[in-house]
Amino acid sequence: MVTTITSFGRSGTFDWLYQRVTAVLLTIYTFFIVGFIFLSKDFGYESWSALFAHRWMRVFTLLALLSTVVHAWIGLWSVITDYITNLLMGAKATVLRLVIELLLAAVAVFYTAWGIEILWGL
Amino acid sequence: MLKVSIYRYNPETDKAPYMQDYELDTQGKDLMVLDVLELLKAQDPTLSFRRSCREGVCGSDGMNISGRNGLACTTPLSEAARKGKLVLRPLPGLPVIRDLVVDMEQFYEQYKKIEPYLQNDTPAPAIERLQSPEEREKLDGLYECILCACCSTACPSFWWNPDKFIGPAGLLQAYRFLADSRDEATDERLSKLDDPFSVFRCHGIQNCVNVCPKGLNPTRAIGHIRHMLLARAV
Repeated sequence: MVTTITSFGRSGTFDWLYQRVTAVLLTIYTFFIVGFIFLSKDFGYESWSALFAHRWMRVFTLLALLSTVVHAWIGLWSVITDYITNLLMGAKATVLRLVIELLLAAVAVFYTAWGIEILWGL
Repeated sequence: MLKVSIYRYNPETDKAPYMQDYELDTQGKDLMVLDVLELLKAQDPTLSFRRSCREGVCGSDGMNISGRNGLACTTPLSEAARKGKLVLRPLPGLPVIRDLVVDMEQFYEQYKKIEPYLQNDTPAPAIERLQSPEEREKLDGLYECILCACCSTACPSFWWNPDKFIGPAGLLQAYRFLADSRDEATDERLSKLDDPFSVFRCHGIQNCVNVCPKGLNPTRAIGHIRHMLLARAV
């Protein structure tokens, strides 16, 4: 048992499941958005803002945004803990990892807050 | 003439590892790589490698043969040599003790973690703990592992985190005991594997399946462990 405190859900099973659930959600959202852009007859500002006037679309988009954050965190956390290890570069790896994780967290919070602001026009 | 290029390193005399070239007359025979090494050792007694049974049972002579991990004793030259040249290196990722001999400590540490023995606190019956043929069948493809480390040392996740990721060999054995109808420690075993490293560093690239000299499938076993972990968690 390896103890980690910066992984998304602490448990590997939890992270694994959320990585997959968010991937499915992001796939559906991507197909929906791309489909909307290419399949609507008169795509433009009117149809775009009409789409986002629906509450379900805003909630769907928020879900996709949160999924991106979760998916990115789990994925990038794996990459960081693979390539920036104490085994490879000694004690400075701990500092480097923590700095990158804090940076990623800041970016995640920023985009989430900004996304909500855009979606609900606060 | 067969050209053989071998990784040489003696920490007592060499500053850095280097590749040494040898030539050998195989007399047209399709020798096993281990035979080639034995013939070269007769030429140069300082050449070091591990070997024991010479028939793919003991798992001592795992090494990187022309870029692919395998057992020297069961790999014929016709499979391993390219354009009359054979390149031999130690198993990747583990510390080199000398030449083709690696320090397997990290590998065994991971094996130890999965508690590779039957755990059953129920008093044993007079003769033996019985299994149905179906229950026994579940262990096929798992118990045959000879711990040669070819799979784990072909796994990038094991290269990066040999202290945290159990690795394909250890996980295959972990599943061997999870799947055993006589073992009672299933829940404890799963609890010890439910972290982001031990099992979940496997991203299913199947290098392990590709190199296993016994034709085993650690990726499938890891998939089974994942499903067991998921089933008890949701």
